[in-house]
Amino acid sequence: MPKDDGIGAATLRREDVRFLTGKGQYTDDIKAYGETAAVFARSTVANGVIKSIDTTAAAAMPGVLAIFTGEDFVEVGGNPAGWLINSRDGTPMHEPKRPVLAHGKVRHVGDAYAAVIAETVEQAKNAVEAIEVDIEELDAIVDMKDALAGTNYVHDEIGTNQCFDWGWIEDNRAATDAAIKGAHHVTTLELVNNRLVPNAMEPRSSRAEYKAASDEYVLHTTSQNPHLTRLLISAFVLGIPENKLTVIAPDVGGGFGSKIYHYGEEALVLAAAKKLGRPVTWTADRTEAFLTDAHGRDHVTKIELALDKDGNFLAFRTETLANVGAYLSNFATATPTFLHGTLMAGNYTVPNVYVNVKAVFTNTAPVDAYRGAGRPEATYSLERVIDKAAREIGRDPIDLRRQNFIKPDQYPFASAAGLEYDSGNYDALMDQMEKVADLAGFAERRKASEAKGLLRGFGVNAYIEACGIAPSNLVGVLGSRVGLYDAATVRVNATGNLSVMVGAHSHGQGHETAFPQVVAEMLGIDASAIDIVHGDTSKIPFGMGTYGSRSLAVCGSAVVRATEKVINKAKKIAAHMLEVSDGDIEFKDGQFSVAGTDKSVSFGEVALKAYIPHEFPLEDIEPGLEETAFYDPANFTYPSGAYCCEVELDPETGKVTVESMTAVDDFGNVINPMIVTGQVHGGLGQGIGQALLENTTYDENGQLLSASYMDYAMPRADDVPFYTVDHSKGNACTHNPLGVKGCGEAGAIGSPPTVVNAVIDAMQSGGKNVTHIDMPVTPHRVWSAMQNA
Amino acid sequence: MTKVSMTINGKSVAGDVEGNTLLSSFLRDEQRLTGTHIGCDTSQCGACVVHVNGRPVKSCTMFAAEAEGAEVSTIEGQANADGSLNVIQQAFQDHHGLQCGFCTPGMVMTAAALLKDNPKPTVSEVREHLEGNICRCTGYHNIVKAIMAASGQDVSAIAAE
Repeated sequence: MPKDDGIGAATLRREDVRFLTGKGQYTDDIKAYGETAAVFARSTVANGVIKSIDTTAAAAMPGVLAIFTGEDFVEVGGNPAGWLINSRDGTPMHEPKRPVLAHGKVRHVGDAYAAVIAETVEQAKNAVEAIEVDIEELDAIVDMKDALAGTNYVHDEIGTNQCFDWGWIEDNRAATDAAIKGAHHVTTLELVNNRLVPNAMEPRSSRAEYKAASDEYVLHTTSQNPHLTRLLISAFVLGIPENKLTVIAPDVGGGFGSKIYHYGEEALVLAAAKKLGRPVTWTADRTEAFLTDAHGRDHVTKIELALDKDGNFLAFRTETLANVGAYLSNFATATPTFLHGTLMAGNYTVPNVYVNVKAVFTNTAPVDAYRGAGRPEATYSLERVIDKAAREIGRDPIDLRRQNFIKPDQYPFASAAGLEYDSGNYDALMDQMEKVADLAGFAERRKASEAKGLLRGFGVNAYIEACGIAPSNLVGVLGSRVGLYDAATVRVNATGNLSVMVGAHSHGQGHETAFPQVVAEMLGIDASAIDIVHGDTSKIPFGMGTYGSRSLAVCGSAVVRATEKVINKAKKIAAHMLEVSDGDIEFKDGQFSVAGTDKSVSFGEVALKAYIPHEFPLEDIEPGLEETAFYDPANFTYPSGAYCCEVELDPETGKVTVESMTAVDDFGNVINPMIVTGQVHGGLGQGIGQALLENTTYDENGQLLSASYMDYAMPRADDVPFYTVDHSKGNACTHNPLGVKGCGEAGAIGSPPTVVNAVIDAMQSGGKNVTHIDMPVTPHRVWSAMQNA
Repeated sequence: MTKVSMTINGKSVAGDVEGNTLLSSFLRDEQRLTGTHIGCDTSQCGACVVHVNGRPVKSCTMFAAEAEGAEVSTIEGQANADGSLNVIQQAFQDHHGLQCGFCTPGMVMTAAALLKDNPKPTVSEVREHLEGNICRCTGYHNIVKAIMAASGQDVSAIAAE
């Protein structure tokens, strides 16, 4: 049985108390003497030439302290892309500059061309209204196919709207083409993976202070990875030396990817704070968030699945257009390529995979990683086309998947898309899913729905994802410009309590509770004696933050390594205290003892001795007890799952309700099952949102029509069911010390195809031969599809 | 500027506000009660819900001047007198009904208003009542479960860890 607060315990979250009592400290909550406010002037047109900006009247407005325009940042750098993609012909991608403030041209609605700093937000807003700007509106580039065909460019200097034309794996192209040409059956599906807005409930916010006495800056910002933000600002944008810039991500109200990236607003408040010598805060309102946060998904894909006469998968071939918006956000080029193409073999032994992705600039907000990041797009394409193929060849969709699953004795398995899966058992997940979802009872439930005049559909999905986004050696080969290790420092204080400084950032994931469980288990001490410190570059070692379900698999592993170092040193101290050699010391349950004797000292006694090193053998042991480890894993981790859901569909109105949703996941070992379950719940909610509700709509002029909660359909409590979540069938990851795989994105990856497959099944059960419907599956779309079938 | 006075969490306060100062801004900026959060600008998200004279109000939809003389309760005033979590707060912790914590104050205040009017709500009544509160982290499962538990009803049949 797990200890109350060790590995495997559903320990309640310690961070909850401050959040439940209103004591959380989010960026916009931080105020000090001399506070000022920044408000941005943003383009109301999608594409235009800035002819002139006159700030004279605005500067004379009450309370105005400073005004910045793009002209002020011409001499500084731009916000770079973090991943270099080469096109199929070997040429590098196009990388237009992304300035702090637009200069020369505005390229999407919301693109900031000026900023006002004033005593109050209201005064700054009023002054923004008084800026006289002359922008010559140009035709907007919105549709990706039009963008590739036309001669109107988002970035004139590169002379194309195609960022890159990527093939994966190019050497497999001919074999894949041949397999499809010679196949017994080929199923083809064209689909859209709808553009989403991440919508963390805390809008982005950044607050800068400048300390003239030491020429130091402090930036509080809504970030998932403060060190990456500091690195980008220091090395690429403003050139502030890293040792003069502290970046603090305090309590952060959700991220889902949108707060990974550096944004221009962070650079602006830093520059303004120095100019004014006063703190400067900018906080987005919700419409600003819709217009300027990095969006997610937005793929248009054609996928083909080739099968032999027995239903064996022979090949997957996809062609995808991926929208990157007006500028390259930091990981915009990695998301549709290496986080997508490498997963296009799914859970299957398919021998041939070829993926072509053309990334396209448009006059829309930048698009980047959003919960799942490329892997939901891969899973959606695969699992939709497999269902369609099953229907076409008259096979049960679960049986067809099982037939093609990689089998447990095939690991490590080299997938046709270039990854080496370390562990898994997809049949066992499917068995468990069938059991906990009571698949056997579906026919009865369908009858009951039909008795009410409703159609009932069952949808299934199997997924695999690559998580623990890391191995620096691997991602370096694949084009990453950063390393993707993580780091932890375990500081044992003299009185025996611990501060553990971690590179991962917690913005809902419960690290402050889960990480101490790992250390407590290893040291045999009470978890309440262990505090996690995160989010402050002046306190933590250089880590790469939280995204890609990496925190526990990568940073948690660094915590393990650092704790092992602590134990090793503590053993030496204990040996000295007990007057034996290191090799005679055993460590168990917080006690260092001499093998075969009753002599022992406690962890607390050793900690005290480390800081009061009287009679220490200083040539062998340094005083103190504090260790740091950087951890860079050997491979990605590979969570997988079997999902199903049942929907009811009202044929009179087209309205779909999700009646049940079952997620059976292999996350490897689980540290805190309560937190893991909660992570899956959240992903399922977002996945159902994508499938049924959420859509980001730009009109032909590049105006964002869905820029508020009155226009963008967020999932609400009555849009979703209770979920059934099971992670009892885990297979430990083989290459990290905790055997963990990552759980943050699974729900959002596994659920959209599950829902859409269920909707199609429902329509089919009503005698309507609908084989495809795009997300979001709105009542109007369902009703129209059924009328036209 | 207008003088305004009200009782917040049992304490009398007074301040000078503009006519267009929202109650949410008065609480956050003047009273430094930053547990009341601003998640949108269209009164949709519910992160700013407080109680005014015992009724739940989105504090971004009300001018501070309109709260003249009112009894206002915020998340900061919800804990028991000894500082421990109240029944609803404790249920949210016990059932993992929060993750990033940003929507949480509004959820707790909305739940408190529901349970005052309807001490034993059904699951569908809870879900309907949360129509004006958006959470992006939890998928709502554990929020609904926590509110059911706070009402004293058996939640053991609701799947979870």
